[in-house]
Amino acid sequence: MYEFDFIRPETISDAVTVLQDDEDAQALGGGQTLIPVLKQRLAQPSKLVSLAQINGMTGIKSVDGALVIGGASTHAAVAMGAGGYPALAALAGHIGDPAVRNRGTLGGSLANNDPAACYPAAVLASGATVVTNAREIAADAYFDGLFGTTLEDGEIITAVRFPVPEAANYQKFVQPASRFALVGVYVAKFADGVRVAVTGAGDDGVFRWSEAEEALTKEFRPDAIMGLSINPMNMIEDLHGTRAYRAHLVGVLTKRAVAAALG
Amino acid sequence: MTKVAMTVNGKPVTGEVEGRTLLSSFLREGLGLTGTHVGCDTSQCGACVVHVDGVAVKSCTMLALEAEGAEVATIEGQAAPDGTLNTIQQAFQDHHGLQCGFCTPGMVMSAAALLKDNPKPTEAEIRHYLEGNLCRCTGYHNIVKAIMAASGQDVSVLAAE
Amino acid sequence: MPKDQDTKDSGIGAASKRREDIRFLTGTGNYTDDINVNGQAYVHFLRSDVAHGRLKSVDTSVAKEMPGVVRIFTSADLEGVGGIPTGWQITDRFGEVMQEPAHPVLATEKVRHVGDPIAAIVAETPEQARNAAEAITLDIEELPAVIDMKAALNDGATKVHDDLTSNLCFDWGFVEDNREAVDQAIKDAAHVTTLELVNNRLVANPMEPRVAIGDFNRATGDSTLYTTSQNPHVIRLLMGAFVLGIPEHKLRVVAPDVGGGFGSKIYHYAEEAFCTFAAKALNRAVKWTSSRSEAFMSDAQGRDHVTKIELALDGDNNFTAIRTETYSNMGAYLSTFAPAIPTWLHGTLMAGNYKTPLIYVNVKAVFTNTVAVDAYRGAGRPEATYQLERVIDKAARELGLDPIALRRQNFVTEFPYATPVAVEYDTGDYGATMDKLIEIADLAGFDARRAASAEAGKLRGLGVNCYIEACGIAPSNLVGQLGARAGLYDSATVRVNATGGLTVMTGAHSHGQGHETSFPQVIAEMIGIPEDMVEIVHGDTANTPMGMGTYGSRSLAVAGSAMVRATEKIISKAKKIAAHLMEAADADIELKDGQFSVAGTDTSVAWGDVTLAAYVPHNYPLEEIEPGLEETAFYDPANFTYPAGAYACEVEVDPETGKVTIERFSAADDFGNVINPMIVDGQVHGGIGQGIGQALMENCVYDDTGQLLSASFMDYAMPRADDLPFYAVDHSCQTPCTHNPLGVKGCGEAGAIGSPPAVVNAVVDALQSAGKDVTHIDMPLSPARVWAAMQG
Repeated sequence: MYEFDFIRPETISDAVTVLQDDEDAQALGGGQTLIPVLKQRLAQPSKLVSLAQINGMTGIKSVDGALVIGGASTHAAVAMGAGGYPALAALAGHIGDPAVRNRGTLGGSLANNDPAACYPAAVLASGATVVTNAREIAADAYFDGLFGTTLEDGEIITAVRFPVPEAANYQKFVQPASRFALVGVYVAKFADGVRVAVTGAGDDGVFRWSEAEEALTKEFRPDAIMGLSINPMNMIEDLHGTRAYRAHLVGVLTKRAVAAALG
Repeated sequence: MTKVAMTVNGKPVTGEVEGRTLLSSFLREGLGLTGTHVGCDTSQCGACVVHVDGVAVKSCTMLALEAEGAEVATIEGQAAPDGTLNTIQQAFQDHHGLQCGFCTPGMVMSAAALLKDNPKPTEAEIRHYLEGNLCRCTGYHNIVKAIMAASGQDVSVLAAE
Repeated sequence: MPKDQDTKDSGIGAASKRREDIRFLTGTGNYTDDINVNGQAYVHFLRSDVAHGRLKSVDTSVAKEMPGVVRIFTSADLEGVGGIPTGWQITDRFGEVMQEPAHPVLATEKVRHVGDPIAAIVAETPEQARNAAEAITLDIEELPAVIDMKAALNDGATKVHDDLTSNLCFDWGFVEDNREAVDQAIKDAAHVTTLELVNNRLVANPMEPRVAIGDFNRATGDSTLYTTSQNPHVIRLLMGAFVLGIPEHKLRVVAPDVGGGFGSKIYHYAEEAFCTFAAKALNRAVKWTSSRSEAFMSDAQGRDHVTKIELALDGDNNFTAIRTETYSNMGAYLSTFAPAIPTWLHGTLMAGNYKTPLIYVNVKAVFTNTVAVDAYRGAGRPEATYQLERVIDKAARELGLDPIALRRQNFVTEFPYATPVAVEYDTGDYGATMDKLIEIADLAGFDARRAASAEAGKLRGLGVNCYIEACGIAPSNLVGQLGARAGLYDSATVRVNATGGLTVMTGAHSHGQGHETSFPQVIAEMIGIPEDMVEIVHGDTANTPMGMGTYGSRSLAVAGSAMVRATEKIISKAKKIAAHLMEAADADIELKDGQFSVAGTDTSVAWGDVTLAAYVPHNYPLEEIEPGLEETAFYDPANFTYPAGAYACEVEVDPETGKVTIERFSAADDFGNVINPMIVDGQVHGGIGQGIGQALMENCVYDDTGQLLSASFMDYAMPRADDLPFYAVDHSCQTPCTHNPLGVKGCGEAGAIGSPPAVVNAVVDALQSAGKDVTHIDMPLSPARVWAAMQG
């Protein structure tokens, strides 16, 4: 790792000040992605600004039918505490491994937006709202390509507001080495329609599968997407799976997610 | 350099560290607690698992300064002061749950974290929980068996296989 | 050995708990990275990030002024340092010796794989060394990377080594005199089954990365190397004699607790030589700790064969001939035992468990711009077993035969059996292990389990295979004729202390095998004393006799035999002392349960009385025998040992995703006599885990520019606990080895050798059961590959 200063502000505004004053400063959530990146010397922040000491960044509460989860909540905390949204709790309980889940945070994952991470699928399919120190960002306006988001420099995710769907399920088909999603599909059925988000597969990051959404909104059962397919050209290809294989898995996992959501 | 203070295996400790000093480095080099091992640089092998404030973490993926004020438990603090192995350690020996011993500290610490939350896990729960701990020697058979035994389950049927 | 020994509570056959576990379970082991020498500096190796290039300049002018830098070394600074040697020379089928390229410690005029070390930066801290490495400016003229083995042999192909005539290391034929007869037998056959397959490249990945610490004592002129090695004496010999020119008495190599090896820690590596050299040059200790990422580009890798095998059968389904053609990847340089792996450890096993009269094996070993390839658990024998057991399975399917019956029909049943590939199996009973397998795998229940899987929408398949391996390497005079540049004996010194306890120094090295527990079981049994009176010392050339180390499932068969011989000498001398003490004739003395007695009388003296007399020789026959009780034996085996067995795997395939899950895995092995059944089971479990890993998950992949795509645990998939089931293992079929004193054969590699074909056979069976026309899928059988195969 390159040298950096470690800072533990106790308020959001202190954290934001440091991050805005120094463009090489970087926020540190649980560090489960960032620290390995630093170990490989793939990033050289001047300062790491830990968000762990800031009050009010954790906790899960129910507000107007939505689940509001603090940005510094660990995956383990969400797995335990998001009982009001079982599909989300289940997703959180299968990120990484137990030790990673005890450190990694919701906000950290979303700020990083790894194209194979699980949370982006949940946020996008749930139509969640990313709440920052400065504003609220709708899920559809948040993700911006591989490892890209519409967060401004120095903007910190303080919470995420998840509308709780009538039914939902996340199906993750793991890449066997990293255990990230080779393909992950999150299906959420709301009164006004179904949203389907796909992670791991798209060459531009997490995306909504609109054809499946339309079909499932009309009829929420696995067979509703029979005959639909994803264009393999827009899929990731690597040593773990071809474009065609990923496109195929999107269909299989969507079907399975619907079946599971129906219980 | 910054001063860091924490409690390790029940004893208060302090040290001077850099911002980038990992908890694993502080334990190994700062405190000489070399039982915590580092087997990879991508946070997957789990040889470095310790407990921080009662939960399992990968000490190679946590800065020492993040553990400021925390209660840290490592493999060195698991046996009784007179050297008597704890239940999990004893089960690992009884059931040959280790060979080269390198992944073992992480396995024991993960197993301890599992059994704290889930005192009688099924085989599948144990296997799933060990997702973040790689072992290259045992094929996991005897590790899973040892953890089942440590949780008081009868493993004689497995033994007969 | 009587079966009831499994229930003994000590000595040979007892499941004694491992004493080494206590330190490993309490965090008090002593691995190499746990060692810190006062005043040590740290080295970081600047490695090539291109696979092939001409190294035009290395500019260290900025770097050497960086904070903390002690000195930066390039090849020009290594005057007097020799290249890394190869321990085996192959003679090709035309009688010519192999092409043997130079292997400099730091790259000279070219870099030849991603990870090839170019410069070594010694600094006060690891991070300072790394900072300085980033400030070194390299001028490398990139050259086309040689990756594909067949393309590497084309006329005009870019050469990895400019001074060699081509990228062909050797073209080996075995047995060359059989070539025409085999060709004829294949022409004359009633049926020929042909299979082309890849034995995927693997990374050993012991959980402990490599570490080397060089130290130098200017006052004595002694060098010490602490290293993660399976064989410290071999490192001392190779590094001292060939690389650094340090006589062995001035060089100590210590391999303390070592966190697994699986072959990858056999070899002498450039980093070891550098640290030892630099410690002397700088007069301070120099430490290198490999990161896992570095391990992926610097530890020797395994397997990587591309093979075509043909199996000929007569009209009665008897095997009549086997012909193979294999391309074997050597990587960019010849690692310590690399040339021996695809040849003598592979070709000699092509008979398998079967009485095929004619066999011809051709192996073309090829240089490529990849990390060196050498032995990995099984080393040559998994490659032989895989192709043979896959082609037999394919033949059975083509001919509509029961794969088990076809195997049985062709089993070798009479021993000793001289194969057509130059080895003689001393003993075995392949029918017995197959019978045992059928029982423990509950093959009778397979159809019901298949039906249950089908109910759940899954395809269930069953794969069965046999294996044989050659262990206990090896007779030195034989391997010398075959090109080995070393002997393959091993050694033990048994030191009886005055108060009766024993300290046993051995040349074998334990890095997970449990020698500290199992070796005392043997000696305690021979003398009739408690196991805890025997302590094993290993891993330090300063206090152990010259031995060749631990690999190839050899420790008990070779070092264990040396230990038995040394203990026999001890007992013989102790009986003379006892005879003197009891005023009886030597020949009348019996030793039982730690008591020496005069036959036919009730006169006896205890073990401790005799050992005390040996060291306090007041009443002692000093005119006839020396005082003291310490003996050394070197044991050179008369033959290889031949463990064998039968394995069965049941898989479920998810037809929608191609994902394979291992539902059941059973192994019936014949290891001859067993010293510690608990440890033996553990060895088999671990081997099976690695074999399933090879079959389903592990794959070391380079792109065509030579970049390693599977460069970390993020992309190199190794089995985790939830990828594997409990295994059913059995070693009750025991045909003791006929030529070593313990009757043991070796068990460390069997699981890794026997399991890959069982998995692949099972997946093919599952797919064919669903009407898929799939006869083969190359490993690893990842979900993507299985799904693609199902698409036709």
